[in-house]
Amino acid sequence: MSKHSTPQFILQRLLAAIPSAIGVIIVSFIMTRMLPGDPAAFFAGASATPEAIAQVQETLGLNKSWIEQFFIYIGELIRGNLGVSLTTGQTVIYDLVTRLPASLELTLAGVLFAFIIAVPLGILAALKPNSWLDHLSRFITTAGVSLPTFFTGLLLVYIFYFLLGIVPAPVGRLDLLSSPPEHFTGFYLLDSLIRGDFNLFVIAFQHLILPAITLGIFALAPLARITRASMITILGSDFIRLAKSNGLSPEKILFTYAFRNALLPIITTMGVVFSFLLGANILVEKVFAWPGIGSYAVEALINSDYAPVQGFVLTMAFLYIFLNLAIDILYGIIDPRAGF
Amino acid sequence: MKRRDLFKTGTSFAAGFALAGALKGCGSPSGTEKAATTASTGDEEVILTVVQGGGFPNSLDLHRPGTNRPGYGSSWNLYDRLMTFDTKTRPDGSLSYDYTQLKPELAESWETEEGKSITFSLRKDAIFHDGKPVTANDVKWSFDRAVSVGGFPTFQMKAGALEKPEQFVVIDDYTFQVKLLRPDKLTAIDLAVPIPLIINSELVKEHITEDDPWGMEWVNNNDAGGGAFELESFEPGKKLVLTRFDDWKSGPLPQIEKVILLDVPEAGNRRALLEKGDVDINFSLSEKDTKELKETEKYAIVSTPIENCLYSVDLNTKEELTGKPNPFADVKVRQAVAYAMPYQAIFDTALYGEAVKQFDAKSTKVNSTEWPQPSPYKTDMEQAKASLSLSNYPDGFETTLAFDLGTKEWAEPLSVLIQESLAEIGIKVALEKVPSANFRSVLVEKSRPMIINNFGGWLNYPDYFFFYAYHGQDATFNGSSYQNPEMDKLIETALKSEPGKEDYEKSVQEFIQMAWDEVPRIPIVQPYLSIAMQKNIEGYQYWFHRQLDFRQLKKV
Amino acid sequence: MTISIRQTRYILQENTLTLVAFLMFLSLIFLAIFGNAIAPYDPLETNSAIALSPPSLQHWFGTDQLGRDILSRAIVATRLDLGIAIAAVFLSFFIGSILGVLAGYWGGWIDNIVGRAIDTIMAFPLFVLAMGIVAALGNTVENIIYATAIINLPLYARVIRSEVLIIKKAGYIEAAKLSGNGDWRIMARYLFPNALPVMMVHISLNMGWAILNAAGLSFIGLGVRPPTPEWGIMVAEGATYIISGEWWLAMFPGLSLMFAVFCFNLLGDGLRDSFDPRKKT
Repeated sequence: MSKHSTPQFILQRLLAAIPSAIGVIIVSFIMTRMLPGDPAAFFAGASATPEAIAQVQETLGLNKSWIEQFFIYIGELIRGNLGVSLTTGQTVIYDLVTRLPASLELTLAGVLFAFIIAVPLGILAALKPNSWLDHLSRFITTAGVSLPTFFTGLLLVYIFYFLLGIVPAPVGRLDLLSSPPEHFTGFYLLDSLIRGDFNLFVIAFQHLILPAITLGIFALAPLARITRASMITILGSDFIRLAKSNGLSPEKILFTYAFRNALLPIITTMGVVFSFLLGANILVEKVFAWPGIGSYAVEALINSDYAPVQGFVLTMAFLYIFLNLAIDILYGIIDPRAGF
Repeated sequence: MKRRDLFKTGTSFAAGFALAGALKGCGSPSGTEKAATTASTGDEEVILTVVQGGGFPNSLDLHRPGTNRPGYGSSWNLYDRLMTFDTKTRPDGSLSYDYTQLKPELAESWETEEGKSITFSLRKDAIFHDGKPVTANDVKWSFDRAVSVGGFPTFQMKAGALEKPEQFVVIDDYTFQVKLLRPDKLTAIDLAVPIPLIINSELVKEHITEDDPWGMEWVNNNDAGGGAFELESFEPGKKLVLTRFDDWKSGPLPQIEKVILLDVPEAGNRRALLEKGDVDINFSLSEKDTKELKETEKYAIVSTPIENCLYSVDLNTKEELTGKPNPFADVKVRQAVAYAMPYQAIFDTALYGEAVKQFDAKSTKVNSTEWPQPSPYKTDMEQAKASLSLSNYPDGFETTLAFDLGTKEWAEPLSVLIQESLAEIGIKVALEKVPSANFRSVLVEKSRPMIINNFGGWLNYPDYFFFYAYHGQDATFNGSSYQNPEMDKLIETALKSEPGKEDYEKSVQEFIQMAWDEVPRIPIVQPYLSIAMQKNIEGYQYWFHRQLDFRQLKKV
Repeated sequence: MTISIRQTRYILQENTLTLVAFLMFLSLIFLAIFGNAIAPYDPLETNSAIALSPPSLQHWFGTDQLGRDILSRAIVATRLDLGIAIAAVFLSFFIGSILGVLAGYWGGWIDNIVGRAIDTIMAFPLFVLAMGIVAALGNTVENIIYATAIINLPLYARVIRSEVLIIKKAGYIEAAKLSGNGDWRIMARYLFPNALPVMMVHISLNMGWAILNAAGLSFIGLGVRPPTPEWGIMVAEGATYIISGEWWLAMFPGLSLMFAVFCFNLLGDGLRDSFDPRKKT
């Protein structure tokens, strides 16, 4: 592969993403139009006559052909208008902008939790491959990825909230009486600290614990596995042998040399896991009444609410594109050898 | 301060339904009403926390197309109407609105010129949340809006013969007149339902655009009301916070100072919140939760049969469906199905006994106008088989039963039980669960042979129910697409008449009888609306719109 | 199959966990085949008298809200759940392989089109794509299978393609070409079979994924029709009963679900290790 400058690389990647972005727009449009049910019938209200429904169809432009509707949709899209959600009564842009930070915060926390648990497990497993410790680590992480997230979530709520009462009620990001911190990042943990409201930070943190764990459990396996694999490779490499023969302490070898070098694939995997979890947290959001974009999309899909579904899919597609780009750039920064 | 002192006039709508003549005051103080405590209890703010099932308000503007049922609740508390209904005590001691008694809200008093007009004198001290006085201009603008925007508001206004802006006349700042197109027993009542709410027109006019002459965009998310509560914050799909409007004049000042309504989609979590004491009210409980929470005796639980509402199985009566002959067009088949329903098992397991049975009537002959009333059908497999053998399908047939996914808590077990029972007489049923939004389309299309319906009418008259559920106009809720000119004639006669009159009583009884003989819809139960409150919450009252009225609640 | 018995034995001996997984797999297959015969009760028969009874000697897993035996339902569901997963995985494997082999071998415009199509699918949040497909086409078993197959398609196409890119440079492919084998023959006889071992790992891991995916759809309300027993739907319906103390409704189907997914994940893991060159240190 030839070497390019970073901006050139970014531009190239963005251009390469255009076809799939167009694909996503077309597919999501067709998918929503194929949803059964008639938004007009819903919009027109419970006691609407067929004439009233036809009238609403006209105002919503639903009586036009798909092709016409598609070009109208594209026109609106270019003007930055994603339409209005019937379920929340707000513009889709507003909904997505207010809800996206909740999803990101939850997913980040989930990945972080997975990192904290999985990496030590992976290291332990790598130190003694095929020992009982290795098997145990594999057992735990595989069990984690085998649980349906909604089941784990409900179970955790039942045990830790209902029976033990050590976590707050699953009512979203804050308790009933708190109001959100002033908006800087949309991440309550950060915003509360920026404002110096430590009390609110604790509340936000407590509410984040269970959903983050539920999500994180699902990500243990890939992280533990990659940690184990890359640690085994590095521990068997020449420079570690050299360090050993030079009499460096095992701890120093492990953490200063081995782990630092194993970190690269771990971080890349974390990026992949993050983008995977961002899509997988839908059910977790539903269980914990987490006001993110996942639960929003589910609700919209069930209600044949076209605009939010399209808006959500589009947002996620762009997020994925940028995430993948970020991972690659990060990769380049950490390991200059990777190059572009 | 007694309520009697506050209100100068009220209306009596006794059995005779007199809209005639000037209405004189009567007040009708009911024994359960306590003196309103206007003083707040101590220093601490009285906060009420609520979770409710069945969705979350999707708009603060009730006139906006697509505003959902929970939206009625927020609007009911944010806005005032001219009149409201009085309170009555039900036989079990719980409170309910009384649809026969209207009482003042924004209007101090009103006079009716029979068949011509109703003239309202408005309260002179009432102000909107921004401090502007409430005038007749606001009332006219609001009513004009309701009849002009189309969709449900316009439809609901029409139910009370309120159709054109010309009907609404400003006499002076504090006198407002509704001109009647024709005498209609529903006009006055229709002015006390949530739709004709009074909007701060001056405030909204600042936000009007060419495309949006009624300020829908702005009212959707903002408070333009003068009701007992004002908006603190509204986060759709998350949280709604209302605070008491201390200058409210249309009734006794509520004791609750702040209401927090939270969206918790999982029913199990809602229940847990109540059981852990984290919320004060869990509204609109499932039948199972109602039963089990009652058994704990730790909460105040009120179950009220939902007026004019039925859970029923509707059998499509069209001769053909999707080009094929439809067995349910045969009345013998319908009767067979009605006899094959496992009523008691449904009542016990799908509804946990938390409903009013609407089967196995004592007499097969209808002799009252009460509605709903039990049908004469009961589970009788021999009868079912006999009836089916007389039809064109003696050996049964295959069909489907569709239900709304949003009601699956009771509709799914109900459907499974029906499926099992009908298999015994040779009718093989496949179950189809339809997402809520699409179920509306199913109702409109009338393309399914058999559906589970849960229609309820706002205005508590059998003729009103039948007009939507059995009349040949084939409204959305006529799930059986039942069409019968004789039935239509009886319904229309009753609609034009009123309770107490002979032709009314006679035609109502006759159309109910006809509904039983023809069974296009098989009534199962009348559902309950149930609420579970912490024991220190008092004053809950059932409303026909099935939403909470925070004004009446108290925390002790 | 290119995995010989000898190889299988090697994998199993090397790793006790994989052995356990293999036994679990056999028991799942057994239940899928003979489930209807060994279920103690009719999984569809309701009995309101014993609704919601906790686990007992008569009903080991208790009964559900309609008095149906949960053990019987969980056993009978095995066939459907495995069936959905196998059919979906097979479908995506089959189509993905063809696309991947073609794209990898020929490159050029085929590679371009396949690549774009796959990028488009990958740019979707996969679960929402599956939901959308099932919601749009209707919630039948077939559509759940199609939806699951479509969201897994990119994985197979990508893996096969990159395997093919490596293999096609190998000497024996050149030799096969020189000895006059046609393109199709090379693809079918040499490329595809040689990519297969790597695919086995993915198939196994993917089976677990497919089961979870179907369960997730059920939780949203887009699962199979009632009263068909299916683990996901049983968990989803049982979930509402957890708080009221009837934990067995969701717990046992949830454990069955976990058992199956766990089994496939462990198997896939074991297979992966045996194919992983790095492990042979």
